[in-house]
Formats: sequence, structure tokens, C-alpha cells
Amino acid sequence: MFTAYATFTYRKSPDQEAVAPAHHPLVVVGAGPVGLSMAIDLAQRGQRVVLLDDNDRIGEGSRAICFSKKALEILDTYGCGTALRDAGVSWSRGRVFQGGNELYGFDLLPEPGHKMPAFINLQQFVVEKALVDRAMALENIDLRWKNRVVGIDNREAGALLAIETPDGLYRLHADHVIACDGARSPMRAMLGLDFPGEIFEEQFLIADVKMRGDFPAERWFWFDPPFHPGGSALLHKQPDDIWRIDLQLPATADAEFEKRPENVRPRIEKMLEAFSGKGQGPAFDLEWVSIYRFRCLRLEKFTHKSVIFAGDAAHQVSPFGARGANSGLQDVENLGWKLAAVLDGDSPRSLLATYDIERGEGADDNLGHSTRSTDFIAPQSPAERILRDAALSLARHHDFAKRMVNSGRLSVPTAYRASPLSTPDHDEWQGGVVPGAPVPDARVEMIPGGACYLSEALGPDFSLLCADEAIAGLCPPGVKALVPRDPHGDLAARFALRPGTAYLIRPDRHVAARFRAADARAIKAALRRARGKGES
Amino acid sequence: MSAFETGSRFPDPDRAFRLLIEARRGLSVQQAAELDARLVLLLANHIGDEDVLGAAIAAAKAAMPKG
Repeated sequence: MFTAYATFTYRKSPDQEAVAPAHHPLVVVGAGPVGLSMAIDLAQRGQRVVLLDDNDRIGEGSRAICFSKKALEILDTYGCGTALRDAGVSWSRGRVFQGGNELYGFDLLPEPGHKMPAFINLQQFVVEKALVDRAMALENIDLRWKNRVVGIDNREAGALLAIETPDGLYRLHADHVIACDGARSPMRAMLGLDFPGEIFEEQFLIADVKMRGDFPAERWFWFDPPFHPGGSALLHKQPDDIWRIDLQLPATADAEFEKRPENVRPRIEKMLEAFSGKGQGPAFDLEWVSIYRFRCLRLEKFTHKSVIFAGDAAHQVSPFGARGANSGLQDVENLGWKLAAVLDGDSPRSLLATYDIERGEGADDNLGHSTRSTDFIAPQSPAERILRDAALSLARHHDFAKRMVNSGRLSVPTAYRASPLSTPDHDEWQGGVVPGAPVPDARVEMIPGGACYLSEALGPDFSLLCADEAIAGLCPPGVKALVPRDPHGDLAARFALRPGTAYLIRPDRHVAARFRAADARAIKAALRRARGKGES
Repeated sequence: MSAFETGSRFPDPDRAFRLLIEARRGLSVQQAAELDARLVLLLANHIGDEDVLGAAIAAAKAAMPKG
């Protein structure tokens, strides 16, 4: 039942024979989706990266299934976004039930003109495998399996890591350590850091089942269904006839007992019977089972001297919102260009402090959504349940109550409203993308280049999106000027682009500044500020 | 009278619901009912419209569990 999706080979590194600890500018700890992406992002920016993982396989541990548009756009810059998009199940429809009745259905109504869909469902290990393949193809990534960090001496000027391998212990020195070692982060523990927040009492049974049948690729969520009284339930499709099931269990349930297949199967049989709408549900195989509690936790600070935390190691949210792996990839996107700019001497070290500010804002946004969803899905007392059930009962007939029903709000990327890197608007704007906000995709036509998406045309470093050629002439060195044609009107609609307009776009595809009547001085000042060199 | 409004009016309904949940956190069902009664009176007075109040009572009763 718990087979590894892929295994890799431990190889002894010359570092292990060195008399004095070898020195590396960048060491990433943890080769999950976040750590792999971190290493790839940095390597694609010309950095040399050592990536350590305590195992030699993927497909164990956490199992994200829902990847957002923003995550797919990030993966696309690593060359694997399109293949992963095509491998996943695209979905936009869902239904919400209370008791035996359907409360309402919804359709996320995909907007045309984006390369990536709003969400795909895809097994985490498929994403990890694609990332491992990419990492192994980059010669400046040194990926070391079965290298477990067991000790750290963390200082302002770098960290000394003690690493355990099948050939014994060795040490290496790193200027920057990026800890992407997951929700149970041993790095966090080694630094003695608190991980404060809320842990909820209710337990959830989570299972992947394999079943064949002509079922819709929809997200079905039940509050208090007849097949599972008192709890909530979720069913959602993955590729290869695999379905994700979540069932809420009482706080007092015995996890070990509930996890046994003979106890899991009857619960799922009843659920699938309701789902199929026939007397008997489809036959199924149990692929994987686990039990978890909702957690909403974060490190107070993500940066500790030479160690920077990213992904679940830095912040943990409840499922049902696609905020775990997706927010981890946004951490990577935020941190990659900043680390590279500091190491290349283009930006002061203080730029790294803005990672804490911006991704802290992202984490708080995600934690807020996640906590509110948890309150609705798992009321903490009979008094809370009465209010929740009242909202559900009103939702069938009244729009206001339907808007309060919360079975998990799916994530959209956070705009960095408090960012010191953004230049506030000086002009009057109606619509468009505010400074700090992520850039939406659009259908464009490049000359040369032809038809493509904006997400494909943006450069790996800063870009200047220009309404006309005259502004492109003002573009500072090192910034990619884009003067796309707008055959479908996407740029006009989404960016409020008109003659004279320009957007300065950061390497992580958030807006640094925008100008109605761009001039060279203002663009240069905004660029300095976005590179962390202060206001001028 | 002004019309009885059941369209969504909060810019962020999730936050509004969370405020109501937090208000009853840690309360027994009896204590929550006592809180609700006070809330109903305060909000009814805030609305200050007997027809709207009547329409809201009817909508609430219609959504009660049967039996």
C-alpha cells in the first residue's frame, strides 16, 4: 500500500573526505516540492546549490493534490508546468450538500486567456518526480540523497551543518541555508524555534481510493451527511482513477483503530454509495490512508541568522484550501531572485528581510482563510454547531448565507500590500493591477515571437510591460522591455493599459510600480527601490 | 418600508461569520442562546423596521428543521 513512487541513489560526495568542512554559498535542506523548486530556481539564476534530503525516495509523506494557477505558472518557469498541467485533472465545478440534500452547486467559471487553469488535481509525487528530473538535469545542483542534517551551528556569517550519511558524519559550511524540510521540520527543532498557532481537536481520516466509473471531475463536499452523521466529507478526483476522500472523525476517535483497512472500508463504501446515487457503490481499492488534525501554525520570523525557512517548515495550514504546497512555491518564487541578487552583489543583504515581510503577509492571509474554513467545517462546540447549521439551513434559499458557507476557500496569491519594495501609485488609476499584487496572465502577441501568453514572455529578472515603443526606449539596463500587441484586449482589461502606461514587474511576477506617463527617472527610482536599495 | 435584504452585503462574509463564531466560543448552548437573544434585540432595534423584522422572522422559521 505504501510503495515509493521513485527511488534514487546515494553517492558519496568528495566533501565527505575533506579535512576541513567544504564551503558552499547555498544549501537547501529537504527535497520535497518546495526544496526541489528552491534549488531549481536558484540554479536557473546561475547559483550553485547543494540540495540535501534525508531519504532516497519520493512518494512518502504528505500528499498534496490541488495545484493552483500560480503554482503552475511557477513550475512553468522550471520547464515542467505544461506537462504537469496536461497530466492533471482540470476541474471547476463543485457541489455542497447538507444532510441528504444538495445545497448548491458552483462553477469557478474559468476566465479565458490564461495559460494555466485555476486549479488542477495531481498527485504530489508526480510533481516531485518532474522536479527531480529537472534538478538532475541542472549541473549546478548537487543533489545528495540520504544526507540528514543532524546538527547546526548557526551564525550571522554562515552556518556549519553536521550531516549524517550511510558513510558516516561530515560537516559543511554554508553562507545561506534554506530549510524546506516540511511541517515537522527537524531544522526548526534544532534551532529550538517555537511553532505557535492553533491545533484543532477534530481528526480527519484521509484516503486515496482507486475506482472505475463514469463519475464527474467535481469537488463534492458534505456537511453532516446520512452516510457519516455529525461529520463532514469530501470527495475529489485525481488522475489515474484515483479519488481523494476526507472524513471528519470525532476528537476522541482512536487513530490507530480508524486507520485499519477493515475499519476504513465500510465508511468509504457508504460514502461511495451516496456518491454513485445507486443502491451499491463502485468497487474500489484502498491506495493510502492517514489521519490528521487541522493545524494553523507559523514561525514568528522565517529568517534566523543564516537559515531561512520556506514552505510547511515556516507555516502550516489546514487542508481544503490548496494553501500548503502552493504557498510553499510562492515562498520559493519570492526568495529565489532575492538570494541570487544578494549573492551576485546586485542588492544589499537587507533585501532578504523583505522575504519575511512579504511571505509573512502571505502566510497570515492563508492562515486567516484556513482558520475560518476550519471553524465552519469543524465547529468546536454544540453552541458553534447551531450557528453553523443555521447558516447552512438558510443557504438553500438566501444568497447571503450561501456566501457564508465555507467548505474551504481555494487559494489565490496574496498581494504584498505592506511591501517596502513597492512604489505607491502617483497617478490616478481605475482598475489594473496594484503595486505588490501578482500579475495576471494574458494572451499577447510579441514582435518578434508571435502569439503567446504574457506569463511566457516575462523575463527571469525584472520586466517592463510597456503600452508603446516610446516607453520601451526608457527601459533601464538589465530589465526586459515588453511591448506586446493585445489582440484579445486582455492587457487593456486586466492592466488598464493605454498609451503612456508601463508596469515594472518583479522577477517573481508581482508589480513593483506602475506609471500612467512613464519617465526614465521614475522607472529607475522604482527599480532601485524594488531591488532593496531604498527610496531615492 | 425598506425591502428585506437577503443578498450578500458583507464585503467579506467569511470574516463576518468568524466574528459571530468567536462571540460564542467557549459558551454552552444555553449561554449562546442568551447571547443570541441580546444580539437579536440589538440588531432588531438597529434595523428599526417592523415589516423587515416580520419578514426576517418568517424567513428564519421557514428554514427551521421540520418536526
